[in-house]
Amino acid sequence: MGNPLIRGFVACGLLAAFAASAPAAETDALLKTIKSVKREGVGAADAGKAWAELVKQGPDALPAILAAYEGADATAANYLRTAAEAIAQRGLNASQTLPAEKLEAFVKDRKNPGKGRRLAYELLVSVDAKAPARLLPGMLDDSNGELRRDAVAVSLKDAQALTDKPAATDAYRKLLNTARDKDQVDLIAKKLKELGVEVDLAAQYGFIQKWALAAPFDSTEGKGYARLYPPEVAVDLDAIYPGKKEEKVRWKAQTTTDPYGLVDLNKVIGKVKGAAAYAYAEIESPEERPVEMRAGCINALKIFLNGKQVFAREEYHHGIDVDQHVGRGTLKKGRNEILVKICQNEQTEPWAQEWRFQLRICDALGGAVPMTVVEPKVKGETPEGKVRK
Amino acid sequence: MKPSIRWVMVGAILLVLREVVPAADWTQFRGPGGVAVSEETGFPLKWSETEGLRWKADLPGRGASSPVVAGGRVYVTASSGFKENKLHVLAFDATSGKKLWERTIWSTGSTQCHPKTCMAAPTPVTDGKAVYALFATGDLAAFDVDGNQLWYRSLVSDYPTITNQVGMASSPVLHKEVLMVPMDNAGESFLAGIDKKTGKNLWKIERARDINFLTPLVIDNGGKAEVVFPSPKELAAYDVDTGHKRWSYESADVASGIPSPFPGKDGLLIPGKQLVCLKPATDGTTPTELWKMSEMQTGHMTPLYYRDHIYGVNGAGALLCVDAAKGETVWKHRLKGPFSASPVAAEGKIYLVNEEGTTFVVEPGAEPKTLATNKLKGPMLATPALADGAIFLRAEGTMYCVGAKK
Repeated sequence: MGNPLIRGFVACGLLAAFAASAPAAETDALLKTIKSVKREGVGAADAGKAWAELVKQGPDALPAILAAYEGADATAANYLRTAAEAIAQRGLNASQTLPAEKLEAFVKDRKNPGKGRRLAYELLVSVDAKAPARLLPGMLDDSNGELRRDAVAVSLKDAQALTDKPAATDAYRKLLNTARDKDQVDLIAKKLKELGVEVDLAAQYGFIQKWALAAPFDSTEGKGYARLYPPEVAVDLDAIYPGKKEEKVRWKAQTTTDPYGLVDLNKVIGKVKGAAAYAYAEIESPEERPVEMRAGCINALKIFLNGKQVFAREEYHHGIDVDQHVGRGTLKKGRNEILVKICQNEQTEPWAQEWRFQLRICDALGGAVPMTVVEPKVKGETPEGKVRK
Repeated sequence: MKPSIRWVMVGAILLVLREVVPAADWTQFRGPGGVAVSEETGFPLKWSETEGLRWKADLPGRGASSPVVAGGRVYVTASSGFKENKLHVLAFDATSGKKLWERTIWSTGSTQCHPKTCMAAPTPVTDGKAVYALFATGDLAAFDVDGNQLWYRSLVSDYPTITNQVGMASSPVLHKEVLMVPMDNAGESFLAGIDKKTGKNLWKIERARDINFLTPLVIDNGGKAEVVFPSPKELAAYDVDTGHKRWSYESADVASGIPSPFPGKDGLLIPGKQLVCLKPATDGTTPTELWKMSEMQTGHMTPLYYRDHIYGVNGAGALLCVDAAKGETVWKHRLKGPFSASPVAAEGKIYLVNEEGTTFVVEPGAEPKTLATNKLKGPMLATPALADGAIFLRAEGTMYCVGAKK
């Protein structure tokens, strides 16, 4: 939070702050009301009233608020956050103390909900400027992305101060294993390159670089986005499909060397407007595990994992970035099928001509998961232009 | 002062609806009624980083949103974080600049956008009792003046296909008990009338799935409150109480999606491929086109109607003055752009803030004069607020209050 209002707020006499706690049942009832908000504002006004009562309880309510992140949806999480902030800020005016020891204990216990831990950390830092130096070194592998990011940032600064080449290389190598955010990973890779160490960024991020592509299918007036072409029913890499303008469509292998897995369909398929393309990949996973399928795509997009749609977004030419879209699914142990549908529309403006995508598979923090990408066996053209038989 | 509603005469015919608020207040994007004009006096003429500031304060993040001012309090939004996932609402004392409170929420929608904009692009709106802050992520929060959370909604949780990877920027507007939230995007698009006290939908109008960055305008049309909300394909006006469509106007000329509609001398002004002056009919039929002109191409900024003329800066950096009755250019006056902020006016002067943080104070008339060129640290994309005898300028990480100390 870094809020000057509560920065400098002296934390002492910690347990005393809990001496006059409101009845736990009352606090629980208020938190239950906040966590009961439904869609379209149903229960929102009641949650607002509960919020006010909760805040009146002062710092005593903070541990319960943080614990309430367990099972809280995104809406409730924000009511809880603003309540905790209000308590902290008003505590300054009322000369109350924050329960710093309890906050720190909550942060340290990784079994606690991530958002609650992050909030506890920010409240703690607002009253204890030494907390980051004390806590962050132990958070390089934290399960909360924001805490881990802060920890990596501190260690990155330390690594950049190293003048000994082997020591710096070692420090950056360790950080490469822990960093998850693109700006930090890219910086570490750059520093390692300067030290003579090449980083396979695609592998580091978990980008898929080997695909089988089938296109173009017709998507005149955007209708191909909803239409189920054969690859969406079942992928047959030997099949020949009727494509746009009666063109015969075959699967063809495509390997991208882009470190961020970018596939430019205009180059690979050709500049076709009003068209749909399918990209298919197979991966081997050593275990069953939940994953995120993160894509960047400037066109309308659908992502399927083992035949199940995990993401869909019908939006064209509004930008592309790594991790722009996130689908969630579960990898099976063994072979998994990934299918991506990328639709190009018929806009004629110069800025509306791109047709490209990228996809990576990672854990919830953005770290690559163990997997082996299987080269697709297709009968169509190889990247070299030869026909496989 | 107890707020009430009245029709405020803007031009000869068209009325805009605005709550009667103290002259010192600036309650929404382009001020009360969306007219971008203050009736106050005593605004400063010259200032710099070292002179003429009443106060300045750090902000926790970026923002293209304007500050709003009511009851001696300034409300402003910001967004911060690696993924811009932290959304801030802050309140400052308008006199001293003391931060009164700050609330932060985590974004629940996508934070992807064009690098020029950010998640704190829509301007909040206040009725002096509460502030309603919409973010480009679809997060919508209501706080009372003391920072108590009245209600909060994640519109992306409610309507999961909402998406605008360029970055949403339309601002909400208020009329009586209805908070009107514009949400034109590439997914489920709508204009929602939300009960400002409970956060529940009163009505929700389906709109074309197309991105749109402009802010609706509330007008009086024959004694009926209507909210005018153009899209790139159609201009539509809805009954504020029910959301029912009252009339519409289709023309390729109005296709823009960025500058907002504003009231003029004899009618409603719609910036787009052409600036079109429309006189709405009171019986729901198609409005009458009074005139249109192509020269007023202002990019991001919404032009200004002020004292029988229309002012806006074109892509070449020329401030255009247009006769509001005829739609004819009167003069051009060179300024240094680019501009994203919309011009505002008071005391016979026009204030234009460019993206570098320079405010040009121009005295219009037969021969325009640049009275002052005032540099502050940019970038500045936000339209200024004129309130409490001061000019509130919002830079990327700083809130400036320009005016005499009190």
